[in-house]
Amino acid sequence: MQKEKISRGLNQWLEVLPYILPSLILVTLFVIYPLIRNIQISFFDYNILKNKTLDFIEFKNYKKLFTSKEFYLALRNTIIYTTATVAGQLFFGLILANLINCIKKGQTFFKVITYLPVVTSWVVVSLLFKYIFAAGKSGLVNYFLVSLNLISTSIAWLQNVESANFVLCVFGIWKGVGWTMLIYFASLQGISKTMYEAAVIDGASALQRFYKITLPLVKNTTLYLLTVLTIGGFGAYIHVMMITNGGPMGQTRELMNLVYDTAFISWNFSYASAQAVIMGLIIFLLSFVQRKITKEMEN
Amino acid sequence: MRQKSINNSFLYFGLVLFAIVAIIPFLYMFSTSMLESSYSIPFPPKLFPSRINFSNYFTAWKSNNFGQYFANSLLVATSSTLIIMFVSCLSAFGFSRIKFPGREFLFSIFLFSMMVPSITNITPIFTIMKSLDLIDSYFGLTLLYSGISIASNTYFLRNFFLIFPHELEEAMTIDGGTRWTCFLHLLLPLSKPAIATFGILTFAGNWDEFLYALIFIKTESKRTLPIAIKLFEGQHLNNWSLIFAASLIAIVPILIIYILFQKYLIKGGSLDGTLKE
Repeated sequence: MQKEKISRGLNQWLEVLPYILPSLILVTLFVIYPLIRNIQISFFDYNILKNKTLDFIEFKNYKKLFTSKEFYLALRNTIIYTTATVAGQLFFGLILANLINCIKKGQTFFKVITYLPVVTSWVVVSLLFKYIFAAGKSGLVNYFLVSLNLISTSIAWLQNVESANFVLCVFGIWKGVGWTMLIYFASLQGISKTMYEAAVIDGASALQRFYKITLPLVKNTTLYLLTVLTIGGFGAYIHVMMITNGGPMGQTRELMNLVYDTAFISWNFSYASAQAVIMGLIIFLLSFVQRKITKEMEN
Repeated sequence: MRQKSINNSFLYFGLVLFAIVAIIPFLYMFSTSMLESSYSIPFPPKLFPSRINFSNYFTAWKSNNFGQYFANSLLVATSSTLIIMFVSCLSAFGFSRIKFPGREFLFSIFLFSMMVPSITNITPIFTIMKSLDLIDSYFGLTLLYSGISIASNTYFLRNFFLIFPHELEEAMTIDGGTRWTCFLHLLLPLSKPAIATFGILTFAGNWDEFLYALIFIKTESKRTLPIAIKLFEGQHLNNWSLIFAASLIAIVPILIIYILFQKYLIKGGSLDGTLKE
């Protein structure tokens, strides 16, 4: 009986192996093994040229990490960026999707236009934002704000930490709203029109309809987006590299920028691994918790 | 009736506002790229070019092997997208249509691997690439791109494959078909829209990939476009009209693909999933 089971299992494996083997090899080689090895490296002195872990240094890297100002600064920046961009993308994306869903003519037109920032290269639009938020009166944003009398003198956006972080957040929202719009739009399409019609007959205002019908019905979509956007926000780095290059004085770096600089500028791979492990752990815990909440709310 | 038209114009007003915010940066980029040569930003800013002038485009294309970089990006993005789609379809088929012991466990490892961005494991990836002698090679970069996006593509394609009823396959097997014919002649043709959607998103992601290309491609003539643009910015510091001409050349292929396939992309909203970077 046992033997039969094993041989059947083996046969099934033989059958499925040609299909899954290439993906197993590639995922193991470039994702699973690096993940495990990364954790190992973070506990050792490490020689990258020989790919050798030398002395076991216990938690030295982690102690260094949790006492370093740089790390907390990068963590703070990442949290600011993630919170602001996730909230902004969800908020504006839902409004935009609703607006598009309500009109009859030009739906495709507005979808195509507002999705444009999503498909455009990160490097290119980052440069573009650097240019738009240029210091001095000829920077586009400064020019608009001065012309509208909203500010009296032009702002050096990228020269101080708060305004630079603000620019990075605006960038993140601008780049991502089209995508949240698209996902929300798909989910709005699933809500039947008769529900709204019934609500109108009962005398519900547009705002009431939004709060009582739309919001609860897109709850699952929102939770899904929340997870994906949070992971995306924590892992983002190109915008910082291109817009502020971490400046002024490395104070706008986010976690991934810190990892990159530690590894490929300071060549301290073991320490970079520890930073990356903590970063990965935070992301993993966040998505894990969000998944748990999602599951519970579904039940 | 009147109430309705007021409501409607309010809607369109909001939408136009969104559209303007989305489009103005591009307009500004375009008009800057048409300037003679702007080491300083013109005042007042120009959103529309005063005259059509493509000289910056020619200069950008000719300088620094830009045409070469373009071809490099095309090669890497195309080959990795083909590999990713083929391998992901195969494994999605395996995970959705064939029963085997340990299937759930293996698949949950795939899922788990999607929860941490691959970029955090950059150190071991670097040593793997080095020990396999894959640094500074397109083959290596292609393999790496494939490795990191197969899990998510498998996940989404599997969800798609699960929809099809088993009766379809059974009918085919009775007619003498094997698993392979089911895969090739039944599931693949039926899943064309999903494959197209994921293929386009994957291509766009690979075309734009930055950090791995920066770390693993060393020879100047082998660089891909995003890296070229970054370095271009460094070399032509503040010559924004030239930088933006180069940038616009770099985003043209994606824009063309986007406009050609926007029906797929925009309808497939719920399919897009986590492929966003």
